[in-house]
Amino acid sequence: MLPKTVKRAVHWIDDRIGLSATLGPVLRHLAPHDARWWYVFGSATMCAFMVQVVSGVALAFAYIPSATDAYPTLQFITHDAPFGHFLRGLHYFGASAMVLMVGLHMAQVFLFGSYKFPREMNWITGVLLLGFTLLMGFTGQLLRWDQTAVWSVVIAAEQVGRIPLIGGWLARFTLGGGTVGGATLNRFFAIHVFVVPGLMFAFIGLHLLLVLRHGIAEPPKAGEPVDPRTYRDKYQALLKKSGRPFWPDAAWRDIAFAVGMIGVIALLAAIFGAPELGKPPDPSIIAADPRPDWYLLWYFAVLALLPHGTEQVFMVFGPVTAGLLLIALPFIAPSGERSFRRRPWAVAGVLLTVTAIAVLWIEGEKSPWSPNFNPKPLTAGIVGATSGPVFAGARLFQEKSCLNCHLIQDCGGRRGPDLTFIADKLRPSDMIIRIVNGGVNMPAFGTTLKPGEIKDLVAFLESRTRHMGAPGPTTSP
Amino acid sequence: MNESNADPPEPCPGATPEEITRRKFLSRISLSLIGLGGAVVTVPLIGFIFAPLFRRDPGVWRTIGAVGSFKVGETTAVEFLDSSPLPWAGIAAKNAAWLRRTSEKEFIAFAINCSHLGCPVRWQQSAQLFMCPCHGGVYYADGTVAAGPPPAPLGRYPVRVREGEVQIQTKPTVIQRA
Repeated sequence: MLPKTVKRAVHWIDDRIGLSATLGPVLRHLAPHDARWWYVFGSATMCAFMVQVVSGVALAFAYIPSATDAYPTLQFITHDAPFGHFLRGLHYFGASAMVLMVGLHMAQVFLFGSYKFPREMNWITGVLLLGFTLLMGFTGQLLRWDQTAVWSVVIAAEQVGRIPLIGGWLARFTLGGGTVGGATLNRFFAIHVFVVPGLMFAFIGLHLLLVLRHGIAEPPKAGEPVDPRTYRDKYQALLKKSGRPFWPDAAWRDIAFAVGMIGVIALLAAIFGAPELGKPPDPSIIAADPRPDWYLLWYFAVLALLPHGTEQVFMVFGPVTAGLLLIALPFIAPSGERSFRRRPWAVAGVLLTVTAIAVLWIEGEKSPWSPNFNPKPLTAGIVGATSGPVFAGARLFQEKSCLNCHLIQDCGGRRGPDLTFIADKLRPSDMIIRIVNGGVNMPAFGTTLKPGEIKDLVAFLESRTRHMGAPGPTTSP
Repeated sequence: MNESNADPPEPCPGATPEEITRRKFLSRISLSLIGLGGAVVTVPLIGFIFAPLFRRDPGVWRTIGAVGSFKVGETTAVEFLDSSPLPWAGIAAKNAAWLRRTSEKEFIAFAINCSHLGCPVRWQQSAQLFMCPCHGGVYYADGTVAAGPPPAPLGRYPVRVREGEVQIQTKPTVIQRA
């Protein structure tokens, strides 16, 4: 009978390779019985990584990493190749899922105090893997070799350029020379496809090895602090008493969650597909509006909102300090309470980080600090005049780019203050001072506006009041 | 799972002092050989990857257009190729600058890169301002900072006029330094 032959063949191969003999005990290692749904994010991260490897290899079958050919091959993959649109979507949403899962995994490990003794190196290798994941996200966005990608390289080079002493070298290294050019894309291709994935395979292996070495951390109980002298014995006793084999008692949850995640990624890829390509990668097209993908958009907001004078220090030391702090965490708090019920500062830290990133992300999405280059023109209804100084002032308000940064009702930009009712707040003399001298975030218009023009502008601004027909403030500002 | 606490076994139990010295020697020579082999492969590789750091960019004069095609007092976007475009660079080797004709004989070529993070600034003709789309940097017509986060004025390219043609000298993207 055939099945018997097949069975025997399988058995022979397994015996000679030693697969179940080696992997069996590893897979069936004892895990705490109550390590349940909170423990699925790590394996989900790894699963998202595997989605990236598979979809990335598939994309490499068509993608040509050259400054000239990358853009057309991406167009081909997106619009012509069978499954191309889906595949790019898979790679994009897979990256998003990986960033999300790595964040959840990290928050869970942190809140459960699992980074403490003896799992310090589990945490540190994890922090490095987080760094690699973000690096993959950034370099991946650059391989989408469109206009935004080109400007993202320049922005990256400008940031590393701020590092003292070696900044200039690092910027040249990033660009592959003095400017964006033929050498730029290939560097990022090699980094994204060979260097960083290679490091990730190695570190994921080490990370897993460490999980086996120190065991899956048991869910913490308040009032049972980690004592390095007794922890290992206690943990072994716990496993002996109530441990369950990882396979299949715990593994089924990891697998169910990961497969669900793949389903969501595939669904999003099928519905939305890949992010549309921008304009061609021509650095001489000046009308560009570069924005990073969502997982770095919050940092884009940080760079815009930093107070004047701090950006130099922050750009260099901010990311470095954040990384070092994360690495130092298991040494700052190596033992003691693991339960988040007894670690209010840990909970506050996570909530603060999540809130900060969320708020910055929303701000980055709106980018109110960017001028609005195509503001809706002011209508006659908004201006309230069709001739005279108010009308002339309104025209100047548009012509002189005031509208690019200031809001009048729903027209204009949000860079500067909303001027819809400015006459209720500022006296004409103060308006003139601001227009002529400018401010930290406003250019001085004293040299480009003639006195008559300033008069008209102020007439227009004076008509911006809640109390129609009674311009001017009743009280001083 | 808890083998970690066990001490490693005694090296070579029952070995004579000669054997121990011999093994020490062999392990040292093996490690040195591995190091040597690795260096032979990696040193050229590192040199290859880091070559761009040490390459000099020759400033090349690129012709932009006839002097007459630029009006005095106006600022125009101009395009030129970088100093040594690679054969496969295509449009990625293109570069742009804002060329301002300040008088009959004088020109200024501003880099399009904002001094904050390098985004391309746009010239607003009627307002006489350069505005950056990324983080809201603004510059006056002479390239000095008017508003926003930029720490320095717009960079400039050398410009000259030769036989009635305006020429720009290429140079690396201006990187703000600490």
